[in-house]
Amino acid sequence: MSDTDTQPEVEKLPLDAWHRRKGARMVPFAGYEMPIQYEGIVAEHHWTRDHAGLFDVSHMGQLLVTGDGAAAALDALMPANVSALKPGRVRYSLLLNEEGGILDDLMVTNATPWIPADEETGEAGRWGEPTYYLVVNGATKWDDIAHLREHLPDEVTLTHLDEQALLALQGPSAATALNRVMRGVPEQLSFMQSMTYEFGELPLRISRCGYTGEDGFEISVAAEQAQMLADRLCAEIEIRPAGLGARDSLRLEAGLPLYGHDLDPTRDPVSGGLSFALTKKRREEGGWIGHQACAAKFADGVAERRVGLVLEGRMPAREGAKVFAGDRQVGLVTSGGFSPTLNHPIAMAYVTGDHADDGTRLEVEVRNKRLPASVSPLPFVPHRYHRGS
Amino acid sequence: MPRYFTEDHEWVEIDGDTATVGITDYAQGQLGDIVFVELPEEGAEIEKGKDAAVVESVKAASDVYSPITGTVIEANGALEDDPSLVNSSPEEDGWFFKLTVADEGELDGLMDEEAYGKFVANL
Repeated sequence: MSDTDTQPEVEKLPLDAWHRRKGARMVPFAGYEMPIQYEGIVAEHHWTRDHAGLFDVSHMGQLLVTGDGAAAALDALMPANVSALKPGRVRYSLLLNEEGGILDDLMVTNATPWIPADEETGEAGRWGEPTYYLVVNGATKWDDIAHLREHLPDEVTLTHLDEQALLALQGPSAATALNRVMRGVPEQLSFMQSMTYEFGELPLRISRCGYTGEDGFEISVAAEQAQMLADRLCAEIEIRPAGLGARDSLRLEAGLPLYGHDLDPTRDPVSGGLSFALTKKRREEGGWIGHQACAAKFADGVAERRVGLVLEGRMPAREGAKVFAGDRQVGLVTSGGFSPTLNHPIAMAYVTGDHADDGTRLEVEVRNKRLPASVSPLPFVPHRYHRGS
Repeated sequence: MPRYFTEDHEWVEIDGDTATVGITDYAQGQLGDIVFVELPEEGAEIEKGKDAAVVESVKAASDVYSPITGTVIEANGALEDDPSLVNSSPEEDGWFFKLTVADEGELDGLMDEEAYGKFVANL
């Protein structure tokens, strides 16, 4: 067997010692030593689909954008309608370049604090300083910060919350288990909603979202308290630690793109299947970096589209595998692997528009073999988000 | 029957003119859950140190190199139905392929069980 992993200079996560105590195998990823697995990728994958997995995603960038002009400034940088985002709401959005190329995908939350009424002074309750909480990819966070600093006006403040850890609790039992630790929290949140919570004296930001297709929560916590919180959560019978390996196979089944693989500056939101992140109003009004390029792509169509592929047999196709229709190469796999839930290989690929319809029969080349595949709707495994009543 | 090991974590067991090749318990532990094994065809000529098989885990594909030169006599069909045999029984039921022994001298550079045990302990 071969082992070609190299070991560049890498940083340690706040939970590094905790991961090692839990038996994690650590690998370098996005500049950090990260737990790829504890007991095994497949076991952790199934545990998360059946119960709840706890993922350390502290490598991701947590940023705050604050100030009176924060919403307008973010509106100029991303296609989400940030100005219309109510406090406590979360949106998926993108940072784009002028050509419409994707610099990163991210979550933006209106985290503007509510300042309660003051009975002594008689002052009424009101919203505090406009505050937006961004979670960006770990590998791109430094470039994102540079991009934001370049484009945000001086009166808007950008803060990198580099003393915060981020834990993702994901799975159908996440709400039940979290409710035992933090009573009443889950019922206050639906999918893509966020709140602050005082856990004892420890302030947390809890958002109901994730990257597995399951119901779940992302919890931002002071790095020095992250271990205590991880232990409290893992004391619940439904919750076990899950690593980066399971996170990748879960998100692939959920049809969620991985930045740096399925999305990069050569891909745009239209061909990337992310048009839902470009609201109608903002598509029409523009005023954000990349709008002209994206508008042209909406009007003229795009050459390629991101699709799901279901492969016959058991041999997985990985990133970089060529996709063929007969003798003609019509695309490229951008991520692929074996689906533990479905028990067969799946992949995401960019293919030319004339081969992107569901059910189209294609072939994927792996080690000079042609594997039969068909275009499949995404997600491969249905999402089970908690959308409330 | 004598068994030899490579630094790439393959094992080869010699029985007269025939050799059986697989990957070690250490190797399967490193790879994690194995979902597919691509084996050489019967009759394939393979060379010492060259790609002979591919193991696919959930995470990645890894090459398996042949510890010796020879002609493939048989591939382990059981791995087609149940690739996880490589995880559960890497050094017995989860063998990969059998081949002829072209040159016994090639065995000289390989480790015996004790030497391999020490090699792994130092990784």
